[in-house]
Parts: sequence; C-alpha cells; structure tokens
Amino acid sequence: MIEISHVNKWYSPSFQVLKDCTTSVAKGEVVVVCGPSGSGKSTLIKCVNALEPFQDGAITIDGLKVNDPKTDLPKLRSRVGMVFQHFELFPHLKIIDNLCLAQQKVLGRGQEEATAKGMKLLERVGLKEQAQKFPAQLSGGQQQRVAIARALAMDPIAMLFDEPTSALDPEMISEVLDVMVDLAREGMTMMVVTHEMGFARKVAHRVIFMDRGEIVEDAKKEDFFGQPRSERAQQFLSKILSH
Amino acid sequence: MLANFDFDVIRRSLSYLFIDGMTFTVTLTALAAAGGLFFGTMIALMRLSGYRVMGWIAGLYVDFMRSLPLVLVIFWFYFLVPYIGQWITGSSRPIKVGAFASSLITFILFEAAYFSEIMRAGIQSISRGQPAAASALGLTYAQTMRYVVLPQAFRNMLPVLLTQTIVLFQDTSLVYVLSIPDFLGAASKVAQRDGRLVEMYLFAALIYFTISCVASYFVRRLQARISIIR
Repeated sequence: MIEISHVNKWYSPSFQVLKDCTTSVAKGEVVVVCGPSGSGKSTLIKCVNALEPFQDGAITIDGLKVNDPKTDLPKLRSRVGMVFQHFELFPHLKIIDNLCLAQQKVLGRGQEEATAKGMKLLERVGLKEQAQKFPAQLSGGQQQRVAIARALAMDPIAMLFDEPTSALDPEMISEVLDVMVDLAREGMTMMVVTHEMGFARKVAHRVIFMDRGEIVEDAKKEDFFGQPRSERAQQFLSKILSH
Repeated sequence: MLANFDFDVIRRSLSYLFIDGMTFTVTLTALAAAGGLFFGTMIALMRLSGYRVMGWIAGLYVDFMRSLPLVLVIFWFYFLVPYIGQWITGSSRPIKVGAFASSLITFILFEAAYFSEIMRAGIQSISRGQPAAASALGLTYAQTMRYVVLPQAFRNMLPVLLTQTIVLFQDTSLVYVLSIPDFLGAASKVAQRDGRLVEMYLFAALIYFTISCVASYFVRRLQARISIIR
C-alpha cells in the first residue's frame, strides 16, 4: 500500500534529516514508528503524503508516486487520512462542519450526505452530542477524536498518525488510543508515529525504530519487543519501558 | 460672546449636511473599505505566495502607496486618470471620470496597501498546522485559503480592520480638495455661504468625533468578545 524507498531529505546541504529510509506498509498492516525526538520520524510520515518535500528517493501510495510532479496531490492526499499532534481542527467551524468541509469541497458530496456521514462518525468516536459546538469548547482528547473522525469521513485507504497522543493530558490518552485500537482491529492500514508502546504491543504488526534520520530497526512486533538487534533500539526501549 | 454665534445655521442645513454630505461620506467609506479589503487580501496573498516576482511587485506597490501623502494621490488621480484612460482606450480626448469614481478608485488603491499589511499579519498569525491539515484532507491551495486560512485571518484581524476603517472614514474628508460635497465639504459650503465658519467647522468636528468615538467603543467590545471565543 505504502512503499518508501531510499528516501533522502536535507534541510540544508550540511543537515540531512532522512538518510536512505526504506520500508513499506502493506494493506491492513499497522506499523508503529518510534525513536528519540529529532530522529526524523515525524518528517518521514509527513513525506508520505507530501506535506514535506524530499529530494531523493521515492514514495508510492497505492501505486501512485507521491514525488511525481504529474501526480494530483490534493486527490492523493484526500485518500490518505492524517491525524496531527496538535489536532488542527478548524477553530472557526463547528465540529460537524469540520467533518463536512472536505467531504463537500473535495469529494463533492452534498450537504445532507456529508452531514449524515459526519454524524455517523461522531457517534462512532462517542461525540455525537458535541456536533454543534466549536473545537475550543472540547477537551484535547475529544478534539483528537474529532480529528480522527474528520480523517475517516474521507473514506481513506490508509491512515497516518503523527504523535496523536503527545499533546494530551495523561487521562485523555486512553480515549484516543481506544479509537485507534478499534480502527486497527477493523483492518485499517495505519502508520503511527508514537511512543505509546502499549498501543504497539496491542495492535502493531511491525515496529520501526528510527535514530538520527535512519531506520535502525524494522522488525515484527514480537521480535522488536523480544530482542531488538540494534544496541540503540535496546537502549531506547529500556529507557521508555523502565517506568 | 456666544451671542455673536448663530447656531441655528446648523439646524437649517441639517438635511443638506446629512442626507447629501454624510451619505456620500459613508458610501465612500464603505465601498473603499470593501474594495480595499478585497485588493488588500489579494496583495497579501501575492506577497506570501512564495513566487519571488509576485511578492516583489506587491511589496513595491505597498511601499510606494505608503510613502505618498493621500491628498497628493487624490489630486494626481483626479487629473491623471482621464489621460491614462485616453491612452489605454486610444480615444481622441481624455475620457470622463466623475469625481466620485475617481476618488473611490483612489481610496481603494490607497487602502489596499494598508489593508494588505493587516491581512498579511493575520495570515501569518495562523499556525502552519492549519494549512497542513487542510492540504492533508485534499483541499487545494485556493480552497485552503478560501475556507480555512482567510476566514481565521479575517476574524483575528477584524478589530484592526475596523480601526483602519475608522481612520478611512476621517480620511475621506480629503475629497474636499476636489470640491466634492462630502460631509465636511457640505459643512464648508454652508459655512462660506452664510459666513458661519466657526459654527459649521465646530459642528463638523463634533460629528466626526462622536461617530469615531462610538465606533471605536464598539470595536473594543468586539475585540473583547473575540478574544474570549479564541
């Protein structure tokens, strides 16, 4: 579904953020990307739907090359859902309108169809009653669940999560993870940048460990948590799992 | 001392002052603000577009307009536009541009420079995650601007835009140099005709002061409300 091959990215000639990254996400597969901050994991996931440009290599989604100038990027992006660390709901629009905007403007759905779809998804994430409120009136956890619903409203073929729980208060993390776990169990193709190893243990098929712009480890979940081959991954795991 | 003044001249000229004069002033202010906002937004988008030539042209325009006194631009425009029109259309004599049309165009062009700086600040105040989220949903650049960035920029900047409009409201009195009877022009005409300069100019000042103060008060209240919503 998502093929990443030999991607290199430089912020400046002397600063390389991604070094020869190669991996893939198969249909229905859940891949967790972890690593210390500054390791390039967020940059990598943003390259997947071309929110960040990269200079070298190739990424294809469902057979379409992301870094091909001929690719209709808006159309491609509309098929890949993305959830951000800081939610990025549109603060001037009501919750339901946040869900309807792209459905109507990008997919050309009518008001009624878009609203029905939006309400169904709000119900799914347990926020049907909040439809007429504005984002600022919701808690962080609620906003992130709305953001997931907004992405799902586009009927995406895959979902990208960029540290979806990093900006949340601890007691709100589980309500977001629950939604993501359900999604994973339904067979959604997911690429998730996160430090939530509990989530990785529960639903991930593979875990990628990145450090200094490189993919250091790309292993099946059982192998990764059992005995990571690289020393850096072992150190990282021992640090975040020791508490 | 007050015995020498005849304040009844105000009462006698009220309908001329307000129905003719103030209507013109308010119409010009409203149209110039709307036009200035539209073109100002376009200029702001050009400056932020990332295309160097477009940004350069827009920047030059803004700097140029902001370094000229408004009266000069009004004058120039009034006398030059007929000839520019002649040159463009290739007609044999200068084309006729009414005083209203000429002053409206001038104010729109002038205000566009100021509104563009306000809108530019407004657009830059939106976090980069917002357009990223819009693009991630598949919205095009134009749609992202139209439905996500500009509405927020406009809302954030509304108090500043309105304050600039109050300044514009006062500035429209400069059309006086084209002897157009706006509110101040009308007051001035009555003043000269009846020899009641002190009374009329005092009254005109009072009216400008009152309207601007009341408007500023409402802008402050609006500002307080917006900051709560955000």
